[in-house]
Amino acid sequence: MADKILMKGNEAIGEAAVLAGCRHYFGYPITPQSELPAYLSKRLPEVEGCFLQSESEVAAINMVFGAASAGARVMTSSSSPGVSLMQEGISYIAAAELPCVLVNVVRGGPGLGNIAPAQSDYFQSTRGGGHGDYRTIVLAPNSVQEMTNLTVKAFEAADKFKNPVLLMVDGVLGQMMEPVQLPEPVNYDPAAKKWALTGKGARKERNLCTTIWLDVELLEEHNWHLYQKYQYITDEFTTGSWKEYGCELHQTEDAEIVLVGYGIISRILKTVVEKCRKRGIKAGLVRPITLWPFPTPSIQKLVPSAKHFLCVEMSTGQMVEDVKLAVEGKKPVYFYGRTGGSLPSDFEILNEIDKIVRPD
Amino acid sequence: MQKIFERPKALSKNPFHYCPGCDHGVIHRMVAESLDELEVTNKSIGVAPVGCSVFAYDYFDIDFNSAPHGRAPAVATGIKRVHPDSIVFSYQGDGDCAAIGTAEIVHAANRGENITVVFVNNAIYGMTGGQMAPTTLVGMKTATSPYGRDAKTMGHPIKMSEMLSTLTAPAFVARVSIHNVANLMKAKKAIKRAFEVQKEKKGFSFVEVLAICPTNWGKPPVEAHKWLEENMVPVFPLGVFKDQTGGPAVL
Repeated sequence: MADKILMKGNEAIGEAAVLAGCRHYFGYPITPQSELPAYLSKRLPEVEGCFLQSESEVAAINMVFGAASAGARVMTSSSSPGVSLMQEGISYIAAAELPCVLVNVVRGGPGLGNIAPAQSDYFQSTRGGGHGDYRTIVLAPNSVQEMTNLTVKAFEAADKFKNPVLLMVDGVLGQMMEPVQLPEPVNYDPAAKKWALTGKGARKERNLCTTIWLDVELLEEHNWHLYQKYQYITDEFTTGSWKEYGCELHQTEDAEIVLVGYGIISRILKTVVEKCRKRGIKAGLVRPITLWPFPTPSIQKLVPSAKHFLCVEMSTGQMVEDVKLAVEGKKPVYFYGRTGGSLPSDFEILNEIDKIVRPD
Repeated sequence: MQKIFERPKALSKNPFHYCPGCDHGVIHRMVAESLDELEVTNKSIGVAPVGCSVFAYDYFDIDFNSAPHGRAPAVATGIKRVHPDSIVFSYQGDGDCAAIGTAEIVHAANRGENITVVFVNNAIYGMTGGQMAPTTLVGMKTATSPYGRDAKTMGHPIKMSEMLSTLTAPAFVARVSIHNVANLMKAKKAIKRAFEVQKEKKGFSFVEVLAICPTNWGKPPVEAHKWLEENMVPVFPLGVFKDQTGGPAVL
């Protein structure tokens, strides 16, 4: 086992990508993710990889599309406005069922917004984001160590499910320095991708990567095929072999108030749970690690025992809709959010909890 | 019996779906012949555009990616960076290459990306029904310039070959036409040279091919080719605009 080293979140993603066998990175500069491309611009040439700074995020995602279709483990990263520009390409990559890893170090929006941390891209990330019937797998780590581990898993999931995987972090995690234990390098064999565009060579049939099905019946068939794949991915992440990456439950067994939060918020919520318990309030935490597929069954299991749900986000309320869909109106679901780059304090959240559990 | 004319190995057996008189079939064939003659067919990867030639991949028997509108040079870049020893080309029309994809073509050229771009300029959007293209001539009537392209409000036709040849990196930039047999022969030479440049890893190569659109121009093919010669060639002069390969002159 490697020793622990101190790393910045953005750089840890870069190193983990290299260890996962990623040798191609295409991206365009944007704050607050700049350390990641800077790291890879130095690191990838050391392993005979390709770092390319593109002319735009639009070009970057299409280079990713090309490299993914050619069989590489490939990554791009950006922050909110840049990820908006990539949505067209992500739709094509999802339609073509190609694996790739995307990183969004989310900042405040809408518009140019600011460069402070936010979680306001939840809808865009979990609902597809671009045009058409598709989904991306969305992983939301809450520490530098988990960013490292999930980067490796993201490449694995992308290849397994032939789907783009989005690593959604916020500016705090991207900029934060923490000790990490780096994973062992993965032996990635691109030759396993028999569908990849490599030049026909000795193959009898040529390989084709396309996303156009003019025939109405054929596109409908393709879309239902994608739908079935998304159902399978949902099963895998909620009850199947990827369940451990679905969500983390913290003191939920006897919880009367269940807090729900992901990313950096979940770390604040853990403190809130401890403080609640000290004050005699039975609080627990559901931390979605995977935002799509959403860990709906884990929340549903708590509905009979819980009295209240409180969803906390760095947005005006996006994930709370998924919590409500899971709870199905059987228990009240409250929301507390800060937006525009502000983080809620444990004190603010405790106040909200007081209002819910001690209304008088 | 001696076979003196046959289908290039790089072309598939699918019949072309293009309109009667369309030049795409001829240009596809010249690309395919070039790949065969350079013996690179089995290591070639094409990138199809959005436009009339969106289904270009149906007519080539080689690996193909079908790119989003205008992004073919970026997609080709991604492929080429993974397989630097393969032959990667994009095949694009004027809307794809000279309007929506302007950034991608300029920067692929500026990086000296070792790919080949075949740019078919027929001065109109074909697939969407004959709208004004960035290369539409001043005064030319289209579905979206019914009174003729007015330079005052719609600008002038964009000259891709001239523009790209101002960049330092591109190895080979040429404009050809296929309005008669003599020019067809020259066009073939230029296309083959462009692929040869890539095979020799000399950098970015670009061939602009002036072509007709009988359907949306509202002219039968013979008349259309004559119109091209008389009206397009003066605006889009033919020739090699840049050749840094040190090879023999092709035109």
